[in-house]
Amino acid sequence: MKNSRIRWILYLALIALYLLHKDFWFWRNPTLMFGLPVGLVYHIAFCVVVAVIMALLVKYAWPSQLEIEEDDSVD
Amino acid sequence: MTVFIIFTYLALVLIVGTVSHRFFRGTGEDYFVASRTIGPFVLLMSLFGTNMTAFAILGASGEAYHKGIGVFALMGSSSALIIPSIFFFVGTRLWAIGKRHGYLTQVQYIRERWNSDNLGLLLFVVLVALVVPYLLIGVMGGGQTLAVITDGQIPKWVGGLLVCAVVVIYVCFGGMRGTVWANTLQTLAFMTLGAVTFFTIVGKMGGLSNAIARVDRDLLMHADRIRPLELMTYIFIPVAVGMFPHIFMHWLTAKSARTFRYPIIFYPVCIAVVWIPSVLLGVLGSGDITGLEGAQANTILVQLISRYAPGILAGFLAAGVFAAIMSSLDSQTLAIGSMFTHDIVRHYGFHNQMSEKHQVLVGRLFVVGLLAVTYVLSLISNRSIFKLAVWSFTGFASLFPVLLAALFWKRSSKHGAFASIVSVVVLWTFFFLRGWQTPGYTIGDTGIMPVTVVFAASAIAMVIVSLLTKPPEVNTLRKFFAAPS
Repeated sequence: MKNSRIRWILYLALIALYLLHKDFWFWRNPTLMFGLPVGLVYHIAFCVVVAVIMALLVKYAWPSQLEIEEDDSVD
Repeated sequence: MTVFIIFTYLALVLIVGTVSHRFFRGTGEDYFVASRTIGPFVLLMSLFGTNMTAFAILGASGEAYHKGIGVFALMGSSSALIIPSIFFFVGTRLWAIGKRHGYLTQVQYIRERWNSDNLGLLLFVVLVALVVPYLLIGVMGGGQTLAVITDGQIPKWVGGLLVCAVVVIYVCFGGMRGTVWANTLQTLAFMTLGAVTFFTIVGKMGGLSNAIARVDRDLLMHADRIRPLELMTYIFIPVAVGMFPHIFMHWLTAKSARTFRYPIIFYPVCIAVVWIPSVLLGVLGSGDITGLEGAQANTILVQLISRYAPGILAGFLAAGVFAAIMSSLDSQTLAIGSMFTHDIVRHYGFHNQMSEKHQVLVGRLFVVGLLAVTYVLSLISNRSIFKLAVWSFTGFASLFPVLLAALFWKRSSKHGAFASIVSVVVLWTFFFLRGWQTPGYTIGDTGIMPVTVVFAASAIAMVIVSLLTKPPEVNTLRKFFAAPS
């Protein structure tokens, strides 16, 4: 039950990431941050956050039925 | 010296590809999917290397030269979200189905999922037609790189021919094992050399802050060069990965479902590592090398290498560009050869008239023929690598509803799948004819990418026609959806 809830939260996180990808707030902002344009820094951070969400998906929402099938086919 | 290093690198790739032949187990499954034995690291490298083409290296820097940093948002970070999601939701399931039923191509799965030979044939033709422009960008990229890096001493036609020849040789010898080994080597090469290129060139430009100071400020933000609707709808483009025949084959090579875990987690990071230098160098290059029009900007990265890192380093850096190009061409070539051998030669009964050896020979001849056509097209095409790829991706992405329906929707019918594919062919052709001559074409000049409409029409056609026609037979559904006994 708990895993199922986490799974759905992670699915919602993917949708939220799609929305956050559209960085309208930096559209006309050429400011530099860490020597790079702030819009680019935002998208680099975005990639890192996606990697974290993917790691959580793998841990909490993994399609474990595929591994059961795999074990069955080995038997 | 530059040319010597490039040729040494090509020889190294050939050696790796052909040495893998010593591990060949003599079966079709081994030749086409390396007996499904590939582990997590090599799967990550081969999937990533296969996806990073001239598009990501030369195309992205060329596009960023004109459009600025927004190119990273358009294709880089959107791919970082979409592609691992597709691996997670689709790749793992297709791997399981492929293993259970012994599939080697997408067409085999789609044909049996809806019990329709004609559907399989239609999909085969459409996939091959869409792969040609994707092959084309690799061949064009190879020619342009060698021509620019040698100041025109080696003409474009030689570079393109060289790339085709090397790829054909190691794919024919090594099959999928040769391809994944060579891909791993090449992915490591272009990731490392990409970082070296970036820091070398930026250092010679006087440092990042000096280089950025020379760039038009509009290139440091989306501004008017990228429209909001364009960014919103561009995200459909990386969906194409779900339908690439070569990615499907790479998925099948995985040792187990668990093998997908590393590629899913680390893919977004790899994307950032490759796309950030490409996009930034395109932007920074605009401050140094001005006046490149349209497709000429494809050469910005190689021009920067020539200007700031001549000699030995240029050879290594050009080898990195070649690595990115060939790590995709090889998989695409193998996938097309596999599809022709399994979906045409064997499926349509020619195997009764030919020995196993002849079947493989015919498959290889088909690949050589297709590459020859691509090569000739590369000699007459002067299109932007980025835009050429986007048109190809539009077609692949719009076929994705067919795969989603096959995997997740029991009620979907073969007529629905037909309608979906036909709608893609018709609408893709319509938009292609309208937009081909218009740089930055979007629907009604609104910023909406054609892929959005073609994808939506394909999905709607699948749903409506499936609901209006006979559902698949129970036995077929049991084969693909029933829990294993």
